Amino acid sequence: MVQRAHGPRLTAHGLRDKGQAVLLQGNEAMVEGALAAGCRFFAGYPITPATEISEMMSRRLPALGGTFIQMEDEIASLGAVIGASLAGAKAMTATSGPGFSLMQENLGFACMAEVPCVIVNVMRGGPSTGLPTHVSQGDVQQARWGTHGDHPIIVLAVATTRDCFEVTVQAFNLSEKYRTPVIILSDEVVAHTREKIVLPPPATFEVVDRLRPNMPPEWYIPYEDTPRGVPPMAVFGDGYRYHVTGLVHDVHGFPTERPDEIVPFLNRLHRKISQHFGDIQLVQDYLAADAEVLVIAYGSVARSAKRAVNYARDRGVKAGLSKLITLWPFPRRLLEPHLRRVRAVLVPELNFGQISREVKRINQGQTRVEKLNRLDGNLITPEEILERLVKL
Amino acid sequence: MAEVTKLIHKYLRHEKKFPHVWCPGCGNGIVLGALIRAIDRTGFTKDEIVLVSGIGCSGRMPVYVDFNTLHTTHGRALTFATGVKLANPRLQVIVIMGDGDATAIGGNHFIHAARRNLNLTAIIINNNTYGMTGGQYSPTTPYGALSTTSLYGHIEHPFSIAELAVTAGAAWVGRGTVYHATLLDQLIEQAIKKRGFAVVEAISHCHTLYGRTNKLGGPAEMMRRQKELAVRVEKARTMSPEELEGKITIGVLVDRELPIFTQEYQKVREAARGAVGSKR
Amino acid sequence: MAERLEIRLAGSGGQGIILAGVILAEAAGIHEGKYVCQTQSYGPQARGGSAKAEVVISEEEIDYPQASQPEVLLCLSQKACDTYVFDLPPEGLVIVDSGLVPQLPTTKAVGLPFTKIAREQIGREMLANIVALGALAVLTRVVSLKSLEAAVLARVPQGTEALNRKALDAGVQAARRYLKSKPEKT
Repeated sequence: MVQRAHGPRLTAHGLRDKGQAVLLQGNEAMVEGALAAGCRFFAGYPITPATEISEMMSRRLPALGGTFIQMEDEIASLGAVIGASLAGAKAMTATSGPGFSLMQENLGFACMAEVPCVIVNVMRGGPSTGLPTHVSQGDVQQARWGTHGDHPIIVLAVATTRDCFEVTVQAFNLSEKYRTPVIILSDEVVAHTREKIVLPPPATFEVVDRLRPNMPPEWYIPYEDTPRGVPPMAVFGDGYRYHVTGLVHDVHGFPTERPDEIVPFLNRLHRKISQHFGDIQLVQDYLAADAEVLVIAYGSVARSAKRAVNYARDRGVKAGLSKLITLWPFPRRLLEPHLRRVRAVLVPELNFGQISREVKRINQGQTRVEKLNRLDGNLITPEEILERLVKL
Repeated sequence: MAEVTKLIHKYLRHEKKFPHVWCPGCGNGIVLGALIRAIDRTGFTKDEIVLVSGIGCSGRMPVYVDFNTLHTTHGRALTFATGVKLANPRLQVIVIMGDGDATAIGGNHFIHAARRNLNLTAIIINNNTYGMTGGQYSPTTPYGALSTTSLYGHIEHPFSIAELAVTAGAAWVGRGTVYHATLLDQLIEQAIKKRGFAVVEAISHCHTLYGRTNKLGGPAEMMRRQKELAVRVEKARTMSPEELEGKITIGVLVDRELPIFTQEYQKVREAARGAVGSKR
Repeated sequence: MAERLEIRLAGSGGQGIILAGVILAEAAGIHEGKYVCQTQSYGPQARGGSAKAEVVISEEEIDYPQASQPEVLLCLSQKACDTYVFDLPPEGLVIVDSGLVPQLPTTKAVGLPFTKIAREQIGREMLANIVALGALAVLTRVVSLKSLEAAVLARVPQGTEALNRKALDAGVQAARRYLKSKPEKT
């Protein structure tokens, strides 16, 4: 008999009692968020520290009529996710650094063919096999630029168990709304921290489903430019027989090499994200309005930062925090007003400075930007941040 | 209207990018013809068919036909097909691949798809080379053959794709050639109708690159060679390994009833529904 | 209770350290309505490596999820005790398995033979973590025994409820006997 930590008991509906507090790991809350957002397909490959997501999906999806499959690798996992999405399912995969590297190929396909899907990367120390059981934020730039070719992407970060639920719902909504893969960057600390959470009842949050065509099939132009930049998406089997390809394609989905078709297509791919920055970019400010020194942080580090800001305020230092939910597209418009006003900015990260370089890029010399980096597989402590904050 | 013309009008995408990318004399067109004739005989509607491909000359096939079509990444066609089939098991998913596509870069996906036994049809066009990139050696290039990456003679030994599929656990495996076009029609038809993972290896030729480099003549000569080397599987069973050396066994190699993934998964769903509510 | 209380549980992989952390967090968070965060660090070993679980209990929402200066330390191995004992503030409480931690680092440490109790009174050495939890609850009063029992019973495998209840009680009794013998410690 093995004594092991079982999850909280399930109710008759396969969902936990709504409105009842439960203790969940970040990974588990992500599954709850995904299922609440309508995810009914998951393909994955075991990897620390993301495995709990697969395990829980394998338990939960079948009872909901969904499908879990463990594929032969992460390339196959994302391939299956894209296939399932094309056939109409809301689909997700979850992995960590090495698996995320393998997924880059099909991530580009999902961008190119505009297939909604959600990819979770629970960051661990790298490069290569790195530090499998330790926390890192080393994949921030990879999430932006990992797949080849110039492409837009949405990347969201999570810091708490509550974020894991809410941001996962948001990730599905954005992916469906903009027909794009959405990456959620979690990290080992967030993934494995158990926190009390009250799961919100379904009616209390928005769930978005992709727009599907309702015109006769002969009128359907699958990659037509629209004012929103996001054409309706037909599902295989719906009667709209169209072509999906990773090649640059014309509005009908067929490969093209005509400059007058390539340019409008690539422009639309970028425009559908860039013209909706206001909807996509999310930052949570904490005591930032009157702050003289600002911490910009994301993921588990944002938690240390919040505590450090409180410590600093106790000591009379007017500190504030901008916690980034959206990492990409980088929330320039939300941060710029702060940069114009504050005396200095500190960007603590579990890498050599992947977001601090973005802050410096948008800062354009308006204020002083300093970085605080930790790479030993441990979370930056509030004290480390405080020490720097009071000297800014 | 002639029968052929009717099929062309019914299944090809007229308004699309014809002429196709294939060289005159390529076997891909014969496989495409066989596929269309086979689908027509199965009676599935065009809306029910999903044609998935990888990358390479064969990868361009879906663009020409009026089904739900999906041109994926190199070697990954079966993974996308797996997702499509699982999300909507009512769809008939047919996967078309090349030899390098299916057994080099996609080799792992291929054997696991065979082992997993989803109800998918995999058609692999084997022309012994990478045609689209200019004639490099592939996992089915014979020992000693010349290619643009083995100009001094190929030193690796080839896979037999159909036998690999049998060993990996495919429910149904057949092999044909583009010379034996009628047999190819029948094999593809049977493969589509088969419940379980069905593989058709279609022996083809690349006269433009592989044939020219190895001085095997044009398409007619290379197809004549297919005719000469082919041995029906029934006859092959009476022959010794020595006699079969260098021959191409054609026909149905394996046809077995195996549990299908989606049926098995239905049991998982029922078990999971049963577990929910009980105290685990 | 203080605004924020940090508890660290440490030992070897396989001793149920992390499960004990989860149970303690659920007792405080689910059954007593406080904010809780439970974290852990672990190596690649499923068994035998070092294991550490931390529980932060607070009346307010918890930002930093880990323990920076734990007030309570429970050690089920000498190595864990040696590693973590000096992270505690002077008024901190160290509880150790006296059978597994022969070298007590401070005279203030409370040593109780959890594993021996589990083996001899319960007949299951692997329930040492539950015995320890019972003792911890009595010694620290971070959670009520009622909440702890509810949390234990909700987490352990079906059919082992009676055994676990017995283990919990054995820990409670051991701690009470200790408090009686050392009244100045209360």
